[in-house]
Amino acid sequence: MTDFEPVLLANIDRDDSHTRAAYEATGGYQGLKKVLGGMTPDDVKKLVKSSGLRGRGGAGFPTGLKWTFLPKDHPGPIYFCLNADESEPGTFNNRILMEEDPHQVIEGLIISCFATAATTAYFYMRYEYPLAWKRVQQAVDECYEAGYLGEDILGSGYSLDIFLHRGAAAYICGEETGLIESLEGKRAWPRIKPPFPAVEGVFREPTVVNNVETAACVKHIADRGAEWFKSIGVRPDPDNPRDAGSYGPKLYCLSGHIEKPGCYEAPLGITVNELIDQYGGGIWKGRKAKCAIPGGISMGLLTADEFDCSLDFAGPGKYGCLGLGTAAVVVVDETVLMVDFLHNSSQFFAHESCGQCTPCREGTSWALKMMNRIKAGKGRLKDLDLLLEIGDNLGIIPGTTICGLADGAAWPLKNAIRKFRDEFEAYVKETNPDGYMETNPVPVLEIIGAH
Amino acid sequence: MTKERILTDGMIAEIKAFFPRYPSLQAVTLPALHVVHDHLRHVPMQAVVEIAELLELAPAEVQDTLTFYGFFKQDAPHGRVRAWVCRSISCHLRGADELLEHMCHKAGVEPGDTTEDGKLTLEFGECLGACEHAPCMLANDDLHKSVTHEQANQFIESLE
Ligand SMILES: Cc1cc2nc3c(=O)[nH]c(=O)nc-3n(C[C@H](O)[C@H](O)[C@H](O)COP(=O)(O)O)c2cc1C
Ligand code: SF4
Ligand code: FES
Repeated sequence: MTDFEPVLLANIDRDDSHTRAAYEATGGYQGLKKVLGGMTPDDVKKLVKSSGLRGRGGAGFPTGLKWTFLPKDHPGPIYFCLNADESEPGTFNNRILMEEDPHQVIEGLIISCFATAATTAYFYMRYEYPLAWKRVQQAVDECYEAGYLGEDILGSGYSLDIFLHRGAAAYICGEETGLIESLEGKRAWPRIKPPFPAVEGVFREPTVVNNVETAACVKHIADRGAEWFKSIGVRPDPDNPRDAGSYGPKLYCLSGHIEKPGCYEAPLGITVNELIDQYGGGIWKGRKAKCAIPGGISMGLLTADEFDCSLDFAGPGKYGCLGLGTAAVVVVDETVLMVDFLHNSSQFFAHESCGQCTPCREGTSWALKMMNRIKAGKGRLKDLDLLLEIGDNLGIIPGTTICGLADGAAWPLKNAIRKFRDEFEAYVKETNPDGYMETNPVPVLEIIGAH
Repeated sequence: MTKERILTDGMIAEIKAFFPRYPSLQAVTLPALHVVHDHLRHVPMQAVVEIAELLELAPAEVQDTLTFYGFFKQDAPHGRVRAWVCRSISCHLRGADELLEHMCHKAGVEPGDTTEDGKLTLEFGECLGACEHAPCMLANDDLHKSVTHEQANQFIESLE
């Protein structure tokens, strides 16, 4: 691990790292010049495909493959949406890239647009990133001045505009078709797929949606080549024909009960233990860990015994988690009650469900009502079964909802209760000694305010 | 009945500057709502009607979008400072609930409310994407990192 040199975060310690001057002084826009100077869009698609790059936004879909789903020889327009809605609890790597090294993202975005023949890109950024907004806008302006954007970029005949588009504080705008609906000026209700955005996306035209960190990786692949990218990370599991491998550097976000929270770059496939010990300085206050979120709250939970889990695309799934997600690790120490953890998680999803699918709308708010009741000392053993029933039936995976927010709501329920059942049962029995065996319907508690 | 126009010429010009960016006028809905919200700290119903007129939409279409995003105030402007205290998991683990409660007491409001002097609207937010600085708060454009109760007091006392 120690001989790994950061690439994505290589320059962020410079005070002026967000400026074009600093970016160009460290080799910035050479990749773009190389691409526009002699490669065809197909060459770039092939390059990215052969690098094995998988999307960093949460689903881990192979980027080059996604680009090939666009219709061939389409007369245009093709749109590119850069997903900078980053709202998955625990996740902040896109913010760091945009604040500290926005040109890296933009160079990757321009190359990605060239590869996909997109001539308009919308940079969809969540509202709560005022500094990133300012820095990216400045960087885009600098690119127009330098001729990296606009008409006939660097004399190549290729033209591209990038427009920033500001969100309005809704997690669901990060789901790619929710983003598209939001961009069109509507409520951010995810679309039923197919058709996938590559076939029919924003303004009913073919559309690519990629994450900010994915774009940054594309820039480095253009600079250093596919072989370099493949020399980092984890090879596909030979026993699993569907594993596409986990190549490249990754930005891990580390927060919660950790000595040194932060965003750390490491090869895909370091373990939770390595991340905590070698980067995070250990659990805070000399305490022990109880569990950790492996990749944003939607991914579920690893118990402290499972911290040898490799943080690659195939890793967390082996421990019953949903996946690697955003690689945002949130560490929870031994003093935390799982009831409090699950209450917080349920509160998030009940608040952020867009309300379109009944199982998600009702399931997330029902789960929160039960967690309110359990937390208030009125819980029943039956509630634990009901929570699991909700968890097992909620999401795209069981086939009951339109988008993956619901799977993300389900996983913390399933993992927390299955992995910490004894603790939940003991809590319910202790706090509700007279009523924990009740199995008849019980009334909802009054909403408890913040006081 | 003629109501006085709410959108100023300046706001209309700002909104129209977005038109060439999108192939549909409806896509200018969020930018337009932001323009008005930036200026007025809320988007009154009459502004919705005027935005709809500019974008050749039914007022209900604009209102439908507006209400989906909890972001836009409608009935009254938010305070001169609008502060979101993050309540999601990383901040929760480092005392976010206590921080929000403390600030509510100090400012004398419930979450979501505005102080009587109009200085502050205090709300909870979901993950602000700054979890390494938990517990954190975004107040207008300023991110407050690892906020202690002491710092929260100073913040409230310094409001103008
Ligand atoms: C509820 C939900 C929220 C999401 N939020 C984000 C997000 O904030 N940023 C992001 O890049 N992808 C997010 N995604 C994943 C996107 O749908 C999409 O897969 C991704 O942007 C594709 O980019 P990539 O292939 O580069 O990863 C979210 C997915 C779901 C289901
Ligand atoms: S699963 Fe939930 S968030 Fe996704 S579309 Fe359905 S209701 Fe909306
Ligand atoms: S959880 Fe508070 S900023 Fe992410």
